[in-house]
Amino acid sequence: MLSRTASNLYWLSRYVERAECLARILDATYRLSALPQGYGSETNEWESAIATAGSVISFGENYKEANERTVTEWLAFSPENPASIRNCLEIARTNARSVRTALTGEMWDSINSAWHELHRYDPKRITREEFTRFLNFVMETSVRFDGTSFRTMLRNDAYWFSRLGFLVERADATARILDVKYHVLLPREAQVGGPLDYFQWASILRSVSARTSYHWVYRDSVKPWLVADLLILNRQMPRSLASCYENINRYLDDLAQFYGRQGQAQRLARATTSKLENGKMEDIFQSGLHEFITQFLAENNRVGNAIGDQYLI
Amino acid sequence: MIAGRRPEPELSSRSPSFFDEMRAPDGSIRPAYQQLAFWLDNIPKDVLDYRRKEAEFIFRRIGITFAVYGEAASTERLIPFDIIPRILNRGEWQKLSRGLEQRVKALNAYLHDAYNKREILRAGIVPEELIFGNPVFRPEMNGQAVPHNIYVMIAGIDVVRVDPDNFYVLEDNARVPSGVSYMLENREIMLRLFPELFIDHPVAPVENYADDLLATLKSVAPLTSSGEPTVVLMTPGIYNSAYYEHSFLADKLGCELVEGRDMFVKGDMLYMRTTEGPKRVDVIYRRVDDDFIDPLAFRPDSMLGVPGLMSVYQAGNVTLANAPGTGIADDKAVYSYMPDIIKFYLGEEPILKNVETHRCREPEHLKYVLDNIDKLVVKEVHGSGGYGMLIGPAADKKTIENFAAKVKAQPEGFIAQPTLALSTCPTFVEEGIAPRHVDLRPFVLTGRDKVRIVPGGLTRVALSKGSLVVNSSQGGGTKDTWVLDR
Repeated sequence: MLSRTASNLYWLSRYVERAECLARILDATYRLSALPQGYGSETNEWESAIATAGSVISFGENYKEANERTVTEWLAFSPENPASIRNCLEIARTNARSVRTALTGEMWDSINSAWHELHRYDPKRITREEFTRFLNFVMETSVRFDGTSFRTMLRNDAYWFSRLGFLVERADATARILDVKYHVLLPREAQVGGPLDYFQWASILRSVSARTSYHWVYRDSVKPWLVADLLILNRQMPRSLASCYENINRYLDDLAQFYGRQGQAQRLARATTSKLENGKMEDIFQSGLHEFITQFLAENNRVGNAIGDQYLI
Repeated sequence: MIAGRRPEPELSSRSPSFFDEMRAPDGSIRPAYQQLAFWLDNIPKDVLDYRRKEAEFIFRRIGITFAVYGEAASTERLIPFDIIPRILNRGEWQKLSRGLEQRVKALNAYLHDAYNKREILRAGIVPEELIFGNPVFRPEMNGQAVPHNIYVMIAGIDVVRVDPDNFYVLEDNARVPSGVSYMLENREIMLRLFPELFIDHPVAPVENYADDLLATLKSVAPLTSSGEPTVVLMTPGIYNSAYYEHSFLADKLGCELVEGRDMFVKGDMLYMRTTEGPKRVDVIYRRVDDDFIDPLAFRPDSMLGVPGLMSVYQAGNVTLANAPGTGIADDKAVYSYMPDIIKFYLGEEPILKNVETHRCREPEHLKYVLDNIDKLVVKEVHGSGGYGMLIGPAADKKTIENFAAKVKAQPEGFIAQPTLALSTCPTFVEEGIAPRHVDLRPFVLTGRDKVRIVPGGLTRVALSKGSLVVNSSQGGGTKDTWVLDR
């Protein structure tokens, strides 16, 4: 397969996943900001949405204040923000067009129709109700794209590159959410704060669409250390770091076997996977949740770069 | 997007005697159209309208669009599709395809001669400037060995009809002709929308085009290639107006769709970058113009090409389809010599006619052109896309005077042709079913073993009443073209 084709497939699914993550973050932030004064946290939710999306600096260059209007505009529609939902979907379609031949008809159709639909939303005139519909549309697009890939692609290198892009992005998104909110996630022994934190935890779960899953897994009320466990180590949870890496590892192995050789990407991914497989929440809290996540983000980045160096250029 | 350059037969004085392919002047229906005419009489207009919308919906969904240069990046347009097919009977097709094969053989022979012995110059058939004075003449091709002496593997020959018996060639496209994806998709859509019509009509299939193309491309692989040759399709990229067609064809061929940046040259060999490392490329079906394929040989500012590609070509380690330098065989200047070129190389009378062409370089022609300039279409020899052209019957006095002055100043830069009365076919338009002017671009594949032509081609139709301009950029549409196998 052409390296450029592999690269386009990888980034295509990364961008679709990124668009969905942004939609979820915005959705959760809307919920949180809708709570009466006193239930929310002291920090500005809109600011933390910007932090989670990883665009604090570029946002600051374009706006004075983080509020519903500015953050919505920046994360959802802004042409100035290279990673706005709109731009993610635009880039995804551009990538899809350049690899039309590597996509199944159904996958192309899902991206192409989404792109046509996208242009029906006018950011200048959008109402709150429409915006909710917009977020749903973005999440559905991602589900549809993912579903069509899963159901229609041949299980060969094209599929594995597409999966890898999706998983590396997903791991990154989950880690970023944890990174911004780590201060409300506490070890079991720590004093649980006031009732306001409850909504923060719930919001974290919402931003990864795991509210229901949480209850099925733990059969318990929302507790911060369990939220951390669910998103980091629990392999049942498809957005957890452990689950992402279990699969990254698997698809990299498939590639190595298919091509008959392995390299840096396989080695790095294996190291991260085994750390997550053998990790315990107590240890992670002890050595610092923040440090753990910062380190994970760096490792995930290195795996992404190694995939790039090894296959995509 | 379909024709980069073409002579526009324009705005002729609208005589009532246009040749209609369905209806004879006495109102009777020609044999090939009998069943279709009956069907058209009986199908309710709202059903036709519904099917037309359905076709448009399908086209948009599968993304068969073309970009219009100069419009915003997000503009992608559909070429209007007319759901009434155009029909040719077997006899008409046989004559046409014999003529096409003859024409393309002559083009290849001319190119081989022009880049080698130049016997045609010694015989005084064409003037020297026609070869050496042509800006698209490629000195790099002088004496260059070309696999099996085939320069034009893929040709699109634009033909029109003005009466029941004759086909006229309007233009030869021997560089990178496009439009074949529309031929294939139009048939797919028709099969989907009107399966019942195919029961009554024995329509010769076109879907083997991709297989024919692949066989053609493999047959011209370099002698140095080992084993099964690797064929790729080279595109300028997604911003090219014909990109859809490039990806469509690569998909049908089952070959990689490469851009210049995907390939590199090492040790006189051409490679593409793959996830498993470099892989040798043997045959490039290139949809990139000569100027842009190699910045070291041609335009140095090209970002679309592969530096050193021509050196690999010259070493005989890669085949380019079509070969570089074919432009000297298909421009407006050489067009007028085509009947003589056919006679010279093949010793045969041309089967397809040429539109009468006045070469202003010749004094008696120049006089005729200047005397009759208000009735003629006058074109710059190297002009393209309708630029630098005078449509006599449609121009005002001052424009004509200015143009005549230009022709007088540099006669060798111009040719003139009468306006042509293109045939019409029934077409579904706003006011119902009405005759509209059409042309046809069949695709001729030339391989080492044989010439392959799928029965049919791309019919383009001028959708506005009386218009003779079929270009998609001017609101032209397309039709499915049926060759009846009986």
